Amino acid sequence: MTTRLRVLDDGAWISVNDGREVRVSELWRLDAPELCECALTDLVVENFQSVGVDGSTVEVRAYGQCIACGATGTTGWIPVGRVRGGEFTELDRSAVRRVRR
Amino acid sequence: MPTDVENWKSEVYGNEIRDRLFEFAEEGFDSIPDDERDAWFERFKWWGLYHQRNGQEGYFMMRIGTPNGVLEPGQLRTVGEIADEYARGPGVNPIFGGAYADFTTRQSIQLHWIELSDVPAIFEKLEENGLSTQQACGDSWRNIVGNPVAGKDGQEVIDAWPVISELNETFKGNDDHANLPRKWKVSVTGSADGSGQGDINDLAFEPAYKAVGGGSGGDGAGGETEDTVGFNVRVGGGLARNEPRFARDIDVWVPPDRVPDVAGGLSALFRDYGDREDRYNARVKFLVDEWGADEVRETLQEEYVDFELETAGRDVREEYTYNAGEGERNDLIGVHDQKNGENFVGLNVLVGRMGADDVLELADLAEEYGSGEVRLSQRQNVVVTDVPDDALDEFLDEPLLDHYSPSPSPFMRGSVACTGTEFCSLSIVETKNRQVRFARWLKANVDLPDDVDEFHIHLSGCTASCAQPQIADVSLRGMKTRKDGDPVEALDVGLGGGLGEDPQFARWVTQRVPVDEVPGALANLVESFAAERDEGESFRAFVARYDDDELDALVEPEETDYEDPMMHNTKRTWYPYAEDDAMEDAPPTPADD
Ligand code: HEM
Ligand code: SF4
Ligand SMILES: [Zn+2]
Repeated sequence: MTTRLRVLDDGAWISVNDGREVRVSELWRLDAPELCECALTDLVVENFQSVGVDGSTVEVRAYGQCIACGATGTTGWIPVGRVRGGEFTELDRSAVRRVRR
Repeated sequence: MPTDVENWKSEVYGNEIRDRLFEFAEEGFDSIPDDERDAWFERFKWWGLYHQRNGQEGYFMMRIGTPNGVLEPGQLRTVGEIADEYARGPGVNPIFGGAYADFTTRQSIQLHWIELSDVPAIFEKLEENGLSTQQACGDSWRNIVGNPVAGKDGQEVIDAWPVISELNETFKGNDDHANLPRKWKVSVTGSADGSGQGDINDLAFEPAYKAVGGGSGGDGAGGETEDTVGFNVRVGGGLARNEPRFARDIDVWVPPDRVPDVAGGLSALFRDYGDREDRYNARVKFLVDEWGADEVRETLQEEYVDFELETAGRDVREEYTYNAGEGERNDLIGVHDQKNGENFVGLNVLVGRMGADDVLELADLAEEYGSGEVRLSQRQNVVVTDVPDDALDEFLDEPLLDHYSPSPSPFMRGSVACTGTEFCSLSIVETKNRQVRFARWLKANVDLPDDVDEFHIHLSGCTASCAQPQIADVSLRGMKTRKDGDPVEALDVGLGGGLGEDPQFARWVTQRVPVDEVPGALANLVESFAAERDEGESFRAFVARYDDDELDALVEPEETDYEDPMMHNTKRTWYPYAEDDAMEDAPPTPADD
């Protein structure tokens, strides 16, 4: 089964199979040394740049700002959820997220 | 590779969307095939329908494009009636009630909670009354803006209204210009005050004199009497995405009758050369960055017009005052002279939002005291035109004007706010209701120096900059921060922006101030301004004297007795003011009747 993944409305949200699933304005804890020097980046997600899938894992690249140090930038591919049988489940938003590739 | 949006547009776009829209409306929201929703929601924008954010499935924002903000007699009543009947949803706003209209920064009108099944009836009513939502959103010619009192303004150099009307006739529903790489925002101004805000549009026509038909150029001394009035042309302004640009002078002057040729030429140039692979890079401002103004001019001349372009004429920019931070007529609020001896009266609409009852009452008053016409400014305010001298006092005594004042407090007067998390998917914070609370608190607690009667504060929920934050005295932009470890809504603070002869974007000096500390920060800032300013100095000039760090030090965030009930992540709610606001409590998609 193919999954339709899109960044829509200028990066405001991620559409999975024509449903709104992941949205901007969340705070993500990231292990992302390439973005800033904080032990964990505390990222406000302002914009999605791209979305892809690796196996069943949906990943995005997001633009945002670390609210601890003020650094801005675009992340690597960060997992945000899984698709199984056409159903999307979002990953726990409070968990620390890591770039997968 | 073309984007999904480009693919959808190449399949169905423009006028032809309407038939399908009506079919879906007839058969119900669920008749939109599951795997075509993204595509149709994208296309509906062309007809002014923008799906509201997550948690509000099946509800639309509807934008009505009123060229130059002109509402002819009776049209405001139509808007009020439609708002009253159709712009009601499951969420009730604690300040504005259950039905309201938003007057926008581009002289349009937005209604919320519109259901698809009501669209045909709404369109019928709009169109019977000469109004339309066509191209109000989407990748095409958007609502054309300008000085709203064109044709009436005592300060006018040239009446831009016939030009705007012709552009609107020519480019609305025009298949050759229906599918552009991105939105295309045009401003045509004929007055010397700069109130068309051309500098922040994709394409701007601004008044200029030129000696044409032989003789020396327009800038020589003494030639003034033979000068013809027309327009200079600027291209590539816009505020979105941390990439603000002022429109660039392409060294072209056009007489009024050639404006459609030049505007159409530039729109076609954008259609053909704009970036369709990357929507983030698509606005014409980026093409102007890449090419430079000279190449834009050359390409326009060689490929898109069949007459010799004139070089730029003598402009009147040194007279610009609108949103300029100093001088008279920073806005159009208050009583002003019309050319015909009557008056136009600008009324302040705090954050541009007016309850449907008030809209209807204003329509009555406009008929009773004026011609029935009402116009909308780019500062989200309304202007009642054609009020004769002998009706003025009585009009000004109307109780409705206690709320929509012609002489408001500077903080009320200067407030502009975008849609924000209440309805917008891109937003990071709540905006309109918060700005209302800010303005009320500032009015009650902060004194500006006596000679300062305007102070512009613009609040945008994200970097898209719909509230035009970068051209205000104080710019506020949605962010997040942690306070005592908990995530809270915050605002970045920018200072010293404005238009005028030499427009200036605000400098972002202080980052991520928790929202409850923003009023205190502004109070401290105003206090420093009052204490440190030179005699008669404007806030904008004051800011210009300091570097960013010095300004940051003047901001001083502080808790006060201001309370902010929307500090938590309002985006996690389905509607921030609902009693049960959790996403799980979101109302079901509206059922078909
Ligand atoms: C993907 C989402 C959106 C983006 C990127 C976006 C972007 C923009 C930008 C860039 C402007 C004009 C600023 C300038 O360059 O001068 C604008 C105008 C505006 N937008 Fe949005 N916007 C979005 C969604 C919305 C939504 C959902 C609403 C309301 C429900 C909204 C309300 C407004 C308003 C009120 C204006 C001033 C408008 C006019 O008359 O055209 N926006 N938007
Ligand atoms: S500025 Fe951002 S938050 Fe505000 S209406 Fe525009 S897109 Fe939405
Ligand atoms: Zn950091």
